[in-house]
Amino acid sequence: MREIIIIGSGPAGFTAAIYAARAGLQPLLLASSVEAGGDLMNTTEVENFPGFPEGIKGPELMMKLQEQAERFGTEVLLDDVTAVHLEGDVKTVETGYSGTFEARAVIFATGSAYRKLGLPDEERLSGRGVSWCATCDGFFFKAKTIAVVGGGDSAMEEATFLTRFAEKVYVVHRKDSLRASKIMQERAFTNEKIEFVWNAEVIGISGESAVESLSLRDTVTGETRELPVQGLFVAIGNDPRVHLVHGQLDLTVAGTIAVAGRSSKTNLEGVFAAGDVIDPHYRQAVTAAASGTVAALDAEEYLASLDQAAEALALVQAS
Amino acid sequence: MSNAKAVSDASFESDVLKSEKTILVDFWAEWCGPCRAVAPILDQIADEHGDKIEIVKLNVDDNPQTAMKYQITSIPALKVYQGGEVVKTIIGAKPKAALEADLAAFI
Repeated sequence: MREIIIIGSGPAGFTAAIYAARAGLQPLLLASSVEAGGDLMNTTEVENFPGFPEGIKGPELMMKLQEQAERFGTEVLLDDVTAVHLEGDVKTVETGYSGTFEARAVIFATGSAYRKLGLPDEERLSGRGVSWCATCDGFFFKAKTIAVVGGGDSAMEEATFLTRFAEKVYVVHRKDSLRASKIMQERAFTNEKIEFVWNAEVIGISGESAVESLSLRDTVTGETRELPVQGLFVAIGNDPRVHLVHGQLDLTVAGTIAVAGRSSKTNLEGVFAAGDVIDPHYRQAVTAAASGTVAALDAEEYLASLDQAAEALALVQAS
Repeated sequence: MSNAKAVSDASFESDVLKSEKTILVDFWAEWCGPCRAVAPILDQIADEHGDKIEIVKLNVDDNPQTAMKYQITSIPALKVYQGGEVVKTIIGAKPKAALEADLAAFI
């Protein structure tokens, strides 16, 4: 049996691994088979992670975090977790290809997944103009007209990035102001290729074999209209990835894993959670990393308390 | 990147369209993270099912004609060809079990 298993390979997971590994716990980190490194793998420049004054590429930052975790003895496995059993002293974690692992403690750092618009044609036209990843797919929209839906930092980053390729980028947002940070807003506002479509909700996507236009509804007047575009990038936020723990861990109304106060402690002993999966609000690489630290320290304390209890019991039995 | 044989705009007709085998083409690019993630999984599938399906890769940066002809707007895009026709399209990197399920009719 292992001391600790960390599920997730974003900044929260790897930072938890760095701390747990330095504490001598030899963590096993289950990184997923195709999404290892998490959201930052699909980010271009990260300009707000402290310590990198020139900025750093998302994938490069994740490689460095992994190296740092491995340097102190973290074992990283590129496999997907298919099921977990979290009650009791021994937690079991089942994976797609590597079998089942047991540990005394588990940290969930499973992050969040792109939210979909929930429109009937969204799935059919995904890969045919509908995308969730500007860095992956922007290249295919050279000299085209496209739309980005959303009003946060990710939407601004995607829109600004996409102007490298596209002729014109509409930013479609439900409100008349943005949630994005000032610097990201400024960049988008001053970009000549970007045009904002305020108070507009996407209610339909049309196109036979590829995206041809969006149906928009004005959120104030209720008027509808068509916006001809060849691409649609969806950046309307994320939902915490909690499907593994449904029915086992308590969740908040926001759908995140519920933790006690500022700790990482879930409702089950020995089970901890960190990063976007507990944070519906801040969702930054650096807050996720900090949250991973909290989880590793909580887990370390928990494991030490188990050891102390076992030692005390052994002493009582010996005397 | 995957160990798959690279095909190009020039060789696509003979390597893929005229082939008598079932061919899976992995449309990819250097700058695509999910493409890198799915490459070793495609290698495994090629190792295990190479008798039934041949896996090749096409770099979309170097071969824009083929990428445009097949309306690639998202990568990784995996397209299965039989007798010169696309018979299956899979978009995005997926775990091995999910890819095997998508490809069940061919492997």
